[in-house]
Amino acid sequence: MAEVAVHGHHHHAHHFESSEHEFVSCKQGMWLFLLQEVLFFSPLFVAYAIFRSLYPGAFMEGHQYLDWRMGGLNTLVLISSSLSMALAVSGAQRSQTKRTVIGLSLTLFFALCFLVVKYFEYSHKLHLGISTAGFFSLPGIHDPKTPLFFSLYFVMTGLHGIHVIGGMIAIIWVLRRARRNEFNAQYNTPVEMVGLYWHFVDLVWIYLFPMLYLVG
Amino acid sequence: MTQSGAAHGDNYLNHEKGIKSWLTTVDHKRIGVMYLFTVLAFFLVGGIFALLVRLELFSPGHTIVGPQTYNQFFSYHGTIMVFMVIIPLIPSTFGNFILPMHLGAKDVAFPRLNLLSYYLYIGGAFLAASTMAFKGIDSGWTFYAPLSLQSRASTTLVLTGAFIMGFSGIITALNFITTTHKLRAKGLTWDRLPLFIWAMYATNIIQILATPVLALTLLLLVAERVLGIGFFDPTLGGDPVLFQHFFWFYSHPAVYIMILPAMGIINEVIPVFSRKTIFSYKAMAAAIFGIAIVAFVVWGHHMFASGQSDTASFLFSLITKLVGVATGIKVFAWLATMYKGSIRFNAPMLWAMAFIFVFTVGGLTGIYLSTIATDIHLTDTYFVVAHFHYTMVGGAITGFMAGIHYWFPKIFGKMYKEGPAAVACALVFIGFNLTFFPQFIAGSRGMPRRYYDYAPEFTYLNQLSTIGSFMVAIGFVVTAIYLFQAMRNGAKAPANPWGSATLEWRTASPPPHDNFSTDPVVTAGPYDYSSIKV
Repeated sequence: MAEVAVHGHHHHAHHFESSEHEFVSCKQGMWLFLLQEVLFFSPLFVAYAIFRSLYPGAFMEGHQYLDWRMGGLNTLVLISSSLSMALAVSGAQRSQTKRTVIGLSLTLFFALCFLVVKYFEYSHKLHLGISTAGFFSLPGIHDPKTPLFFSLYFVMTGLHGIHVIGGMIAIIWVLRRARRNEFNAQYNTPVEMVGLYWHFVDLVWIYLFPMLYLVG
Repeated sequence: MTQSGAAHGDNYLNHEKGIKSWLTTVDHKRIGVMYLFTVLAFFLVGGIFALLVRLELFSPGHTIVGPQTYNQFFSYHGTIMVFMVIIPLIPSTFGNFILPMHLGAKDVAFPRLNLLSYYLYIGGAFLAASTMAFKGIDSGWTFYAPLSLQSRASTTLVLTGAFIMGFSGIITALNFITTTHKLRAKGLTWDRLPLFIWAMYATNIIQILATPVLALTLLLLVAERVLGIGFFDPTLGGDPVLFQHFFWFYSHPAVYIMILPAMGIINEVIPVFSRKTIFSYKAMAAAIFGIAIVAFVVWGHHMFASGQSDTASFLFSLITKLVGVATGIKVFAWLATMYKGSIRFNAPMLWAMAFIFVFTVGGLTGIYLSTIATDIHLTDTYFVVAHFHYTMVGGAITGFMAGIHYWFPKIFGKMYKEGPAAVACALVFIGFNLTFFPQFIAGSRGMPRRYYDYAPEFTYLNQLSTIGSFMVAIGFVVTAIYLFQAMRNGAKAPANPWGSATLEWRTASPPPHDNFSTDPVVTAGPYDYSSIKV
């Protein structure tokens, strides 16, 4: 797709008519990819809906072991990262490389903050014996289905966390290219694509936070 | 890379030389050919397991192996044939080779992603196949919980392999959809698209919407086995029926991932060999999309006997019958296309006619199974096995055989001999019906599927089945022999041996590296033969 010559001048691939043609094609491909991502997460939302309607007591009890302040902090962190990512994209579209680099670096920093908070949450729970249903060992649980709530919690946030890490790898890739001054108003496809992906990752969390932390 | 006006005799096969040029190629034609040989190699492996299953069932009780090994045989046969063969069979081979050429494009939209999808497929397939060296697999191709959770076989590994192969299919699908939207030749409007493209488009939509659901479900099974999440495990509060819902939400649309591309091929072959434009182009395209849409709301017909509510079963049963309507439109339109045409009985046409016959039997028996009262009787019997094989082998494999005979001259630039091709088609057709028709009878009399042993009164029917399966095998071996011979020293193929009107036949056989020496312009429909002499 992207064969980059010296001085950041971009040649579109031979089967496209122009850079613009290449850009709109990449954008459509990316939206299709995000569509499959939505479907990839969908069974978890279905499982959540079913188990919550079957065992509402387990969700009430389980969510009390989650700290909404930690979840809220992470929500703020990710919303900020969406802002910095939007700044990076608009920087690339206006050939303002410095703004792109700063925006991407900030996004990377926020992503790291998110993972650090998540690490403390996870380790605290595992320390207490709150784990997936098969390894659950916290005493004093009233509802026998509460461990299932934590299976959902770990699977949903874990899968989201893996997507955050994937996004960070993609951000590092475009950050390196931005620092080499490869993006400008004529060619900024990778920044825009990574931006779309990052906004999707944020959006998933926007759903996960109330569903898991704010049950009561 | 963008050299145009290639020298005479330069084609995609000899444009670059050496094994490395193949393994690192981003040329959609070469990737298609690599897929072709890889998928067919797995077809051979899956076929050997099929023969082993049939050998064991030649007589009741112990024939060649014990029950544990038998479980492994049918699990490998099913898993290999479904995930490694039939799903990628047409989309990854002809989809890759023909789709961009049908569109008049130089390549797919994302050529490097295309190569990545090939390596994901190979990686996933070898991971799944590597379980043979460990503890094997024994829970069929459906991996139903709780059996797959309790199984001590290498289930985790095979699930991981299928997960990776799923992403290969998703990437291919988004690549093809983007290619179809953005890279059509000048004048190739949506109502001039060959119906193979419409079929691929519908297939790709299913792949994008359904495959991720299976991917996540397999991932949950892995997490279930490794991390004990318990979603599907009743001892941990989960529900095994939830697995069935997730699994069939993908796996029912998946049978249309397998069959729609085959229908697409039949759409191409029948008009060319009848010298008539396709009957009711728009109804054909609509029927393809009708099947694809309905595909998403019929999964519950796999679960009539799983304790699903009667209301749900009733609705699923009713909606399932709509598939029969759309399929009926297609079958009648194919027959109407042949009606009063000048039919030529070349190998692709023979296979296409075999397809119509066999697939119609498969489709009609689907009506029995979508009817709740009869399905309760037929669930988990050999009737289901026969129905499934009539649609999947009779549909997907027969459609693929029509396709390989139709496009072989284009892909390899050589002609094969028609005589042995007709013999092979007859062998497979007769052998196939001999294998699976008796299974309808055995099933309706109550012979359960997947059992190692059976009651003595089913011996005769099972022996017919086993004899038929070996006829099919001989038919495929004959096919392999004459096609390899043609590749080595067949007569040189002209650019358009069948007198087709779609774009891939406007360029040399085999095509040059860039597909077309000049960008093609389309001025007529895909089945307009008025200006083409045979």
